[in-house]
Formats: sequence, structure tokens, C-alpha cells
Amino acid sequence: MSRADWEVVIGLEVHAQLNTEAKIFSGASTAFGASPNVQASAVDVALPGVLPVLNRGAVERAIRLGLALDAHIAPKSVFARKNYFYPDLPKGYQISQFELPVVQGGTINIQVGEGAAAYEKTIHLTRAHLEEDAGKSLHEDFHGMSGIDLNRAGTPLLEIVSEPDMSSSAEAVAYARALHALVRWIDICDGNMQEGSFRCDANVSVRKKGATVLGTRREIKNLNSFRFLQQAIDFEIGWQIETIEDGGAIVQATVLFDPDTGETRMMRSKEDAHDYRYFPDPDLLPLEIDPAWIARVATELPELPAAMKTRFIGDFGLSAYDASTLTASREVADYFQGTVAAAGKAQAKLCANWVMGELAARLNKAELDITNTPVSPAQLGGLVARIADNTLSNAIARKVFDALWNHEGVDADDIIGKQNLKQLTDSGAIEALVDEVLAANPKSVEEFRSGKEKAFNALVGQVMKASRGKASPAQVNDILRRKLADDR
Amino acid sequence: MTAAPFIDAPVSALRRALDDKKISSVELVTLFLDRIAALDTSINAFITVDRDGALAAARAADARIAAGTAGPLTGIPLGHKDVFCTEGMLTTCGSKMLANFVSPYDAHVVSLLKAAGAVSLGKTNMDEFAMGSSTESSHFGPTRNPWASDHVPGGSSGGSAAAVAARLAPIATGTDTGGSVRQPASFCGITGIKPTYGLVSRYGLIAYASSLDQGGAFGASAEDCALLLSAMTGFDRRDSTSLERPVEDYAAALHAPLADAAKPLAGLTIGLPKEFFAAGMSDEIRAATAAALDQYRKLGAVTREISLPNANLAIPAYYVIAPAEASSNLSRFDGVRYGHRAATYADLDDMYCKSRSEGFGAEVQRRILVGTYVLSHGYYDAYYLQAQKLRRLIAEDFRRAFTECDLIAGPTSPVTAWALGAMRDDPVQMYLADIYTTPVNLAGLPGISHPAGFDAAGLPIGLQLIGNYFAESRLLTATHHFQQATDWHLRQPALLTDAQK
Amino acid sequence: MPLTNEQVRRLARLSRLAMTDAAIDTTRTRLDGILALIARMQAVDTSGIAPMSHPQELATRLRTDEVTESDQRTAFQAIAPQAEAGLYLVPKVIE
Repeated sequence: MSRADWEVVIGLEVHAQLNTEAKIFSGASTAFGASPNVQASAVDVALPGVLPVLNRGAVERAIRLGLALDAHIAPKSVFARKNYFYPDLPKGYQISQFELPVVQGGTINIQVGEGAAAYEKTIHLTRAHLEEDAGKSLHEDFHGMSGIDLNRAGTPLLEIVSEPDMSSSAEAVAYARALHALVRWIDICDGNMQEGSFRCDANVSVRKKGATVLGTRREIKNLNSFRFLQQAIDFEIGWQIETIEDGGAIVQATVLFDPDTGETRMMRSKEDAHDYRYFPDPDLLPLEIDPAWIARVATELPELPAAMKTRFIGDFGLSAYDASTLTASREVADYFQGTVAAAGKAQAKLCANWVMGELAARLNKAELDITNTPVSPAQLGGLVARIADNTLSNAIARKVFDALWNHEGVDADDIIGKQNLKQLTDSGAIEALVDEVLAANPKSVEEFRSGKEKAFNALVGQVMKASRGKASPAQVNDILRRKLADDR
Repeated sequence: MTAAPFIDAPVSALRRALDDKKISSVELVTLFLDRIAALDTSINAFITVDRDGALAAARAADARIAAGTAGPLTGIPLGHKDVFCTEGMLTTCGSKMLANFVSPYDAHVVSLLKAAGAVSLGKTNMDEFAMGSSTESSHFGPTRNPWASDHVPGGSSGGSAAAVAARLAPIATGTDTGGSVRQPASFCGITGIKPTYGLVSRYGLIAYASSLDQGGAFGASAEDCALLLSAMTGFDRRDSTSLERPVEDYAAALHAPLADAAKPLAGLTIGLPKEFFAAGMSDEIRAATAAALDQYRKLGAVTREISLPNANLAIPAYYVIAPAEASSNLSRFDGVRYGHRAATYADLDDMYCKSRSEGFGAEVQRRILVGTYVLSHGYYDAYYLQAQKLRRLIAEDFRRAFTECDLIAGPTSPVTAWALGAMRDDPVQMYLADIYTTPVNLAGLPGISHPAGFDAAGLPIGLQLIGNYFAESRLLTATHHFQQATDWHLRQPALLTDAQK
Repeated sequence: MPLTNEQVRRLARLSRLAMTDAAIDTTRTRLDGILALIARMQAVDTSGIAPMSHPQELATRLRTDEVTESDQRTAFQAIAPQAEAGLYLVPKVIE
């Protein structure tokens, strides 16, 4: 059997740390990077007698996510205790939501692949629930012991659970990226994956094509980069198919991905069968969210990517692919809109080409994020405007872009002026250049007349060179054709 | 200066004596500290006596009194059940697990009473983690009943109840999860009130069963309880279950003018649940209860039979819900951040298991196991969920009952104090003695126990009154008028100092 | 239904309580007694009754999102069985 005979089923559980000031049940700071345990308050350390009080900011962020996913926001949800022993879990239970989560259902559209091979897919969400993060176990050697830092304990999390709607690692990554962009878009999570602000668990199973029941799944825990997510899923798919084809069976398990080996392995600590003994936390009453609160949060939400995408298609005439790409993150969308604002709405398509083309390529090469771009949206918009009004050819425009990138001028006009890059559009001057070139290149003229179209391009190149690139290519074309025809 | 009038005096009289400079707080506190030193070796009501802290607080109280800024409890000594966290002082919860635990913070109740100027003498003995009805499960040895030293004081707040009964402290705090204030009050012949769930903050109260735990007050009389309870109640933003209500002055309410001084309880209807008067209680308790109810009728109250048809399910429901919550609440005692850690262990799991098994006593371990069982996969619906449904049935019974009466009365316990060790091998028998108190906690209602006589062995019998939500004032007022007409609450055990022995 | 020794061991394991073979029979007997008491609940038909997890059936109160706590590490770790470099130390954690 080949890989093509198998169907892959993937669901993702994403833990997004919420960017509140304080923790979900205590008044301790959530800031990252503090010295160990200085942000572990009495509640976070779980001293005897302490009690949790729910942070309004965490609830508000859950409402934002619910609205952004077009999900049901439960008017009443319940916090439960998930009981298990672990040194980074100070109470011996995690306060989470079990039977009645705050966000129920919802969808997100993803775009998988690039260019012509790209396709869209709608991923359904099962739920998103509020819970507290655990602390961290540090495994450096302290006389053969582990160190426990509870600064992270009690950081608010939304655990966002998808339906098993994805059928490849590419789809899983596209979903994770879309969700990552969304939580940052609505400003509920900083999305910093290195700091663990956005962590993915992937449930992976395989089944033979046409099978009606799902295969047994294994859960890959704690994937903190999109690359690891892809690698881990791909390895897991291969391993599961191989195991079954070799006559083995998949046993439900929790596994870890080792980036060094590129393989997944069973978690040793999870061998023990769990029984979390969920029950409603008696220290917390049910969370009630009234419609007025939801309505207020809705008015404070920014335009969401899906709505923005529709607007880009309708107002700017962009293709669905371009509109998706430009709304893939809030930063890109903001940048693009800034560019259009400077260039004029009529130039939106040209702006899109530059943002997705030259700018993206340069950023990529320089390993820069769009938020750190040396060329501002206003600068790029100004440049696009000069292309649109024929001041610049595309070729010169790239020179101007380079100059902007290197901070050689405050804007495109400044650079055009300083470096004398204005496009030559005076037809008299171009005619003179054309005449010179025709006179100097009789051989090319001869070849063109004998039917070699390539010779025409050579002549155009000579004229452009003579103008030091500044002549309007369209005008050079026109005049050259006319002259060659006239002289015949 | 003779000690007796101050040792035996009600809090209101101590207040006057302090305000009139008949005695200073330092002198008063010293009297009680000396009495503890003389008598507590045989009673064991206190786990920790804080002589230095008490005297420092008394000096501060004297300054307040001199400055004319004293409140009702300024300079008054009291005891705290060792379930309340006290900053810089041992807070053991009666357990080896916390035998070395010096709390870095004060419970809300402790802060309130400190702010009121009350002087803490120390921490009183209790059943380990408040699990028990006899104070025998304490790691620090049992407390003895001041009325009969070979008998239990009840529990779990047995140390506080015995301390007040032996006048080692005029008043004391307690907690009541299934009867742990009312039952020891009844066993020790004093008054004890558990208010409506949510009136006293649970912040800093080491949790046994969070949805049932509630702080309460012990005193010789309803008036003393009223003074203490008023100072313990009040909204606390750190407790999600704390209720935002204005604090009531329960003591002032006791002295409200009466239309008919001979019939101070005219207009009060007391419901008598027929289920509470069925078989199961001793004849002596039955007789004492009947006599007390006669007294209430004499005071103008009307009694009528009511029914709490599901009350008999309270014991099983309670012994599911309380252990379930406890099994989770006690998971934080893992030997990592505070408390007992085993001296030797093979690995992390072994450290957990050894630390917890060494740190927790047998009854605590039993309740953890039961709680784990009733929450575990496959048993949750049949046990935990079923108990929560019964809880609603029980609360509904009370809701219906209070459409027919203002208060509900019955015995606090079907038995008087038992001999030390009598229930050691039969926890179930001990659980069954909570029959009249647990329904009140399940519903979250207030209840009070006051002295109502003695059995043939001379052991106190208590009467329980149960009120509707927020009926603390009505409970205290009814008890107060009962105590104006009777002297059960004035009877005192004959205590011998070590020197006298 | 009486518990088996295996069930008692599993409960002890979930509860992180050591359970010696010597203690297991006594424990099982005691637990059976308690479970028999509890079992009286099963006779009641509670269909249609909503569970009541709390005496006050109110909505939970919310706190404002602001930092109100400051560093108390020294005080908290003064009572820790073993702490070093600001960390609580435990036997090696295996993932």
C-alpha cells in the first residue's frame, strides 16, 4: 500500500496565553522573564487557605475570540477542577472548564498552499475554554533535583479545540497560522511562540481511505513552532501508517516531539492511566456573561480578517488569493492599508503587488518582520503613486525602493529628485535617443527587418541604456516601432 | 484583684470593665494566659499559646482604650481555631502535615479581629483538617471535655468549644462544615453559631469542603456570640463566595425594645421537623428538647410540626460532597512548597506518597480515598452528581419549611459527648451523629446551638435552632431571650487546676 | 458493592497515598462501611433534579485586570522544604 491509500485526520488543541496584566485568578503580574517565583503570589503558590477570584480581562478576551470565530458565547459557563499531581501544578488541580466552556463552536477559514495550488477550507472549532497555565519545571541539575518556577502558574489561557477537520500537516499548519494571526489580530495574545504564548497539541490518526470509523489517535504535546508542528505531524503520520502496515496497532498515547531527532516518543510520565476527576470548582460560582457585555465587546473589536478580505475584493478589486494573503495578519493588513492610503485607492492592486512582491521578498531575504520594515507604508505608497503617474518605470521604481530601504531619502520624491531618476517622457528627447541608437546599430536594424523580433528588444535595451534607464519603456517601444516602420 | 469575676464575666461586662479602667487588657489577658497555663495541660484546648503576641496586642488595645477609640472587642481575649491562618504563627490545622507551618499571611477573619482590637491568645485544637466530630483526630492529641475529662468535646472545633467552656477564653472562632461549631458547642454546654454560607470570608480558612465550610463563633451566651460574629462577618473581595451585604450589629439587635416583655418571642413560629423527633435520640435528649421547647412557648413562640422529608439523606450526601471537595482541596499538600516532606524517598512519586501518608492521619486519608472514589470515572454520576441532586432536594425542603415557620428547632446531636476512643474503630457511627447538623450546611443556612440541659451523667445537651438565609439576628435574639429566662448557659464545669489536684 | 484490593490500590495511587499490604485490608473494610452508608442515596429517584453545587446560586464576581501583588518569594520560600536560587526543589521531574 502507498501513502495515497491512507487518509489522515488531525485536530488541534491550541493553548493561547492571554495578554492580561494580571493572572486569571490572582493579582500577580503575567510579565514574561522575571526572576523565578517573584511573580508567584499566595494564590499562585497555593498556600493553604487562599482562594481564586476570576479576572474580568481574561473573560473579555474569551468574548473577543468567540465573536471573532462567530461562535456561541455561553451565557453561563462553569469552572471545574482537573485533578492530578505534578510539581508545576501547585494546587494539585488545574482550574479549567469542562462541561460548560465559555466559547462553543465557531469556524475559521484557512488558505492552504501558495499561488495556483492554493485552496481554501473552513475549519470548525469545538470549543474554547478558559483555564490557568501551570508553572515550569527546570531540569538543570540542582543536586539531581528539578527546580520549580511558578511565575507562569495562573497565567490565563484559552484552550482552543478544533474539530478533526484537517487532513494534512499543511492544513494543520495553515489552521495554526490562521488562529495565531487571529488571536494577535484581536489583541488577546501576543503570539510569542518562543516564550510559549501560543502552543499546539496535535491529535493525529490515520485510516484507510473509505474507512468510516476514525483510527486511534495519538496526541503530540507542546509544539511551539509551526515548523515543529509540521515535522511532528509528518513523522507521526509516517510512523502510524508504517506501524499498521507492519501489522501493528496504534495505542492511544500522548507523545512528545524531539526536534533533534525529528521523531515523536511516548511521554514517560503519562504512562499512568489518568482519571482527572473533574468537578465544578466550589470556590468559584458560574461565570455569567450578559448580552450587553458581548455587545459592548463587539463594538470594540477591530474589523475582522474575513470582513476585511471581502472588502478588499469588493472595494479594491483584489483576487481572493491576494485578499487572503494581505489579511493573513493584522500587521500585513495594516501595512497594506497604509500603502493604499498613501497611493490612492485606484492603485490598490499595484500596492498589493508591491507588498506581496518586492517588499515580501526583501523582508524575507533580510529575515525581517513586517513590523520592522525599513520602508514605511507611506513611503511605499508614495513610490506606487509615482509608478502610477508614470514618473517611474518599474525598473527605476525598484531602484527607488532600494534607496528607501537604505534610508537614502525621506520618500520616493526626495530620492527621485536627489538621484535624478525621473522617467524621461519627453518624446522629442526620446526620438533623438532612438535616432542615435538606430544609426549606431545598423546590424540590429537589418536583423529586425529580416524578421528577427529579438533584435527589436536589443534596440529597446540600447535606448534604455542610452537614457540610463530613465526613458519611459512604453514610449521607447512606440517610437522605435514607428521609426523602424517609417524608415522602411 | 480577684480573677473570678473577670474569668466568668460576659464580654459586655468585660467591655465595661475595660472602658471603666477596672482592669487593663494586659491584666485581663494575663488572667486568661495564666488560666490556660494552669488548666490546659489537662484539657489540651490549645495547640499554640501566643503569650508574647497576646500581651503585645493587649498593650496596643490598652492604648486604644486610653485614646477612646476602642470598639466592642478591643482588648477582649479570644482563641482562634487552628484552621485560620495567622501570620508569623504556627497554623497546623491539627495535622502533622502542617506541624511546622508558619503562615505568611492572616486569614480575613483574623485580620478583622486584629483590626477590631481583639487579643488572640493562641490557636485551638481541632480534628485534623476539620474532619471529625470529636477532636480526637488531631495530631496534637485529643482535647478533653471540660465537663468530663474522659469524654470528647465534640468536633471538629473541639478546642475552641472546650476553651470557652473551661473559660480559658471568653470567646473563640470556629468553623462549621457539617456541624463543627454547633455540635461541640452542644457537647461543651456553650453557645455556637454558624452563619449563612458566604457571610464570613473563607480567605485564609484552610479548606476542608469549600462549598460547606463557614466560619462561626463560640461564646458562653448568644450575646457573646453576637459580638464576635458581628466582628467576623463582612464582604471580602478575595473570596468569590463572599456575599456583598452590610455588616449587621447582632448584639444591638438583641436589645431591641419589646412590645410585651413577658412574651419577647410573641409572633415567632418555630417549626419542629417530625424527622428530627423520630427514633434515634436518647430519652434524656428528647426530654431536654421538649423542656426547651416549652420554654420557647412560654416566651411567646408558637411551635408547629413541619417536615423535612429528605433530611435523612443529608448524611450520605454530605459524606459524598465533603470528601469529594476535600480530596481535591488537600492535593496541595504535596511536600513541595510548605508542610511535611518525607525524609527519604526514591523519586518524585515516592516523595508525594510518603509525605502525604506520613503527614495525614487515618481519618483524613480515608476521606481523601472516599472523595477520590466518588469523583472517579464511572462513579461520578452515581455518587457525586446524585449527592448534588439530593442537596437540592434538601435545600428545597428548607425553602418550603420556611414558608410555614420562622425558625426550625430540634436537638443539635442525637447523643451527648461520648467517651474518648468510643468511636475510634467505627467512623460510620460517628458520621451518623451529624444527622441534625449536616442538612444545614448542605443548604447553606445559619444555625445555632445553645445549652438546654444535662444528661444523667452531667454532660451538656444542646438545642439547635435553624434559620432561613440571613436570619442570624433572629437566631441570636431567640437564643438570647431563652437565656434571659434560663440558666443552662451559666452552668460551669468544676475544674481543678493542676495545683488543686 | 464491596471494593477490591485492586480498587483501593488505585484510589491510593490517584490520591498519592502510600498503601502498604498490611494496611490495605483495614482500609478496604473501613471504606466499604462508608460506601455502604453513602449507598443509601441510590434509592432516591432524582431524575429531573438539577444538581446543586453551591448554596448560593449566584454568578461569580470578577476582579479588575490589574496587578495587585508584589514579590513575596523570600517569605514564601522560608517555609519551603527545599528551595534554592529562588526555585522550589523536587526530585527529578521526568517528562
